[in-house]
Amino acid sequence: MTSTDYAYLSNYAIYSAMVLFTVAFLAHAVEVAFSVRNLEEKTQFDFSRTKRSGDIGTVMMVLAFIFLFAAVILRGISAHRVPWGNMYEFSITGALAFTGAYIFALWKYKIRWLGLPVAIAVLLTLGTAITLLYRPSAPLVPALKSTWLAIHVSAAIISGGVFLLANCIAATYLILDRYETKGGRPVWALKLPALEVLDQLTYRLVAFVFPLWTFAVIAGAIWAEAAWGRYWGWDPKETWAFITWVAYAAYLHARVTIGWRGRKAAWLCLFAGSTFLFNYVYVNVWGTGRHTYSGL
Amino acid sequence: MTITTELGAKSLASWLWRQLTSMRTALILLLLLGFAAIPGSIFPQRSQNPLKVSDYFKSNPGTAKFLDQLQMFDVYSSPWFSSIYILLFISLIGCVLPRTFEHLKAARAKPTLTPKNLSRMEFHSENNFGSLDVAEAWFKKNRFRYRRDANSISAEKGYSRETGNLVFHLSLILILVGVGVGSLYGMKGDAIINVGERFINIPTSYDVISFGKLQSEKTLNPFSVTATDFKATYELKTGAPSDYKLTVNIADPVGSKEISKVVRVNSPLTFGSTKVYLQANGYSPLVTVRNKTGEIKYQGAVIFLPQDGNLTSIGAIKVPDMQPQVGFIGSFVPTFARNSERGAFSSYPEVLDPRLLISIWTGDLGLDSGNPQSIYRLDTSAMERIGLKTLKLKESYNFGEGSITFEGWTPWVNLQIVKDPGKIYALLGSIFAILGLLLSLFTRSRRIWVKESASESGLEIAGLAKNSAPGLENEIAALVNEMRKTLR
Repeated sequence: MTSTDYAYLSNYAIYSAMVLFTVAFLAHAVEVAFSVRNLEEKTQFDFSRTKRSGDIGTVMMVLAFIFLFAAVILRGISAHRVPWGNMYEFSITGALAFTGAYIFALWKYKIRWLGLPVAIAVLLTLGTAITLLYRPSAPLVPALKSTWLAIHVSAAIISGGVFLLANCIAATYLILDRYETKGGRPVWALKLPALEVLDQLTYRLVAFVFPLWTFAVIAGAIWAEAAWGRYWGWDPKETWAFITWVAYAAYLHARVTIGWRGRKAAWLCLFAGSTFLFNYVYVNVWGTGRHTYSGL
Repeated sequence: MTITTELGAKSLASWLWRQLTSMRTALILLLLLGFAAIPGSIFPQRSQNPLKVSDYFKSNPGTAKFLDQLQMFDVYSSPWFSSIYILLFISLIGCVLPRTFEHLKAARAKPTLTPKNLSRMEFHSENNFGSLDVAEAWFKKNRFRYRRDANSISAEKGYSRETGNLVFHLSLILILVGVGVGSLYGMKGDAIINVGERFINIPTSYDVISFGKLQSEKTLNPFSVTATDFKATYELKTGAPSDYKLTVNIADPVGSKEISKVVRVNSPLTFGSTKVYLQANGYSPLVTVRNKTGEIKYQGAVIFLPQDGNLTSIGAIKVPDMQPQVGFIGSFVPTFARNSERGAFSSYPEVLDPRLLISIWTGDLGLDSGNPQSIYRLDTSAMERIGLKTLKLKESYNFGEGSITFEGWTPWVNLQIVKDPGKIYALLGSIFAILGLLLSLFTRSRRIWVKESASESGLEIAGLAKNSAPGLENEIAALVNEMRKTLR
């Protein structure tokens, strides 16, 4: 098979994964929608009726993860390098990391309720990637030819995936918190865990991934020293990576040392996550500096 | 004011110190540092791209002046940015040092006494089996630190959580020291050399050079680098570069036996704490300029600066030895193409079909005016244009006052030479910071107490996990299980 064949296979795997994510999305939607029962004029939730639908959602999610994994690997084979050379490739790998983080958290913390927002977020990411960000598979420019590419970028992408998941949970926290202060949760949210659980889960994810993000920034600095002659130069990408780091450091301090819980902590987490997203979208697309390569 | 006089200067100082080293202040400073970094990513910075800053001044003079007063073009070296991180680090030191001493003391001391009322703690249970001896054995086996008193045991584990925490914060200070050493004792410079030329590491060889505040010019390593070959490889379809390979002969110190080395973008040359990087490349057309009588007035490679990805390059050729003086504004295209929109341009970065496009000027080059001049630009204010010509390889053109011949070309490379004696501290700091962070975030700090009940002949067990870390429940269950074994 030629490089182009592998690139096509990778694209087909992406499309297949998107179909599977759509099925997962529908299954989770059905799971929530059809578990509503009206018993004695009172709306209730009965998930036992739709357990099978939820199971299908989980299975589809795992299958989609496998297809996405294959897509990333095939993309790497087609380009004869690690598949982390442009925004399209960052996005599909980021979606993979995000799905992986969800499946891991699903197995560890029983968070199937997150299936619906996760499926939406992944479909949006993959959709943007394949329509707006797609670039033909190509070799790297000399500046990117380094072992550090694999180390630095993979650490950054995995961190991004987990940050996104933490943000999803923090956002869920804030929405439910709002409902609860107004009187009570809506029907669809009855199955979701208690606010304290969401708060704790957000913290766990951030605490787990913060060292990895620190490592991603440091690996980037070591690489910059080898490629550009300085380990830190306040390039826009570096600046925003630093801001993200500072924001998550503030979150951890606020939570561990000062004892912020709940609403305030969730907002801080959302803020920190949005600096990461800003760095990824704005600095790559509209920014200047040395992290902009070959169109996106 | 009355309050301050009552308190006295000393207590005011200690109040300020307490405020500065409080966690809340540290958190505010941390967030402030993040916000303060933002403008540097919005406005062009002199340290990165001085050209963009001057462009900004040209396009928005009013705003630029105002922004410049706020040091928006030098954010990261500005007093307001520096003061935030200096305050943050003072706060950090004020917080971490006392805690380090406390921690060292605590590591040598025994765990605290068992609290009187265990039922207030987590996972409290009362059992009528087991003994303090069994508990002690279990604590020993599981490597808890414990103290045994007459009718109780107080045990704790997870000291390395605080150790990691302190190592992390102390490492940040080490990184800052590294940055400081680098900026005080470092050196950074650029030199463009044509392939075939030799670079000797002395200040006059540089096009641009800047030293750290405490670094004197005498301390440059006396090495030499001779560029013997440069090969750039491009993708045929897109013209995107795929490899740059510079072959050099190095001698350290200059004059000693030369060794051949290869420099690539991601693999610089190393001379002690000085590194030589391959940063950019381009073409120097080789030209010969003769006067009316055919005498050679200028001959050599002239460095042209690339303008696009296909290396359409522009530059200036100055011939002060002719009467009147002659200058050329030139454009070198490695692979010639032409269309109505752009005129002549390069369609591929490799030299396949080169042209040298020139406009010819006579008059005063302005070299004696005393104003510094760019070697890449012709100051035409006192000159007059007398001709335009596109030259093919080996072609000559007679412009009346003399002639110019396009003899060939040679690639040039931009060497960046950097000396940073502080980076090793920054690297060590980074490594320790990560190790400390892992230790502190993944170690659970918890206490377990076992106490003989006052009322019955049983044992009370309870624990407390710092930051409600999970796992303590299982641990206590394991201990209870161990004691239950004594029943059989």
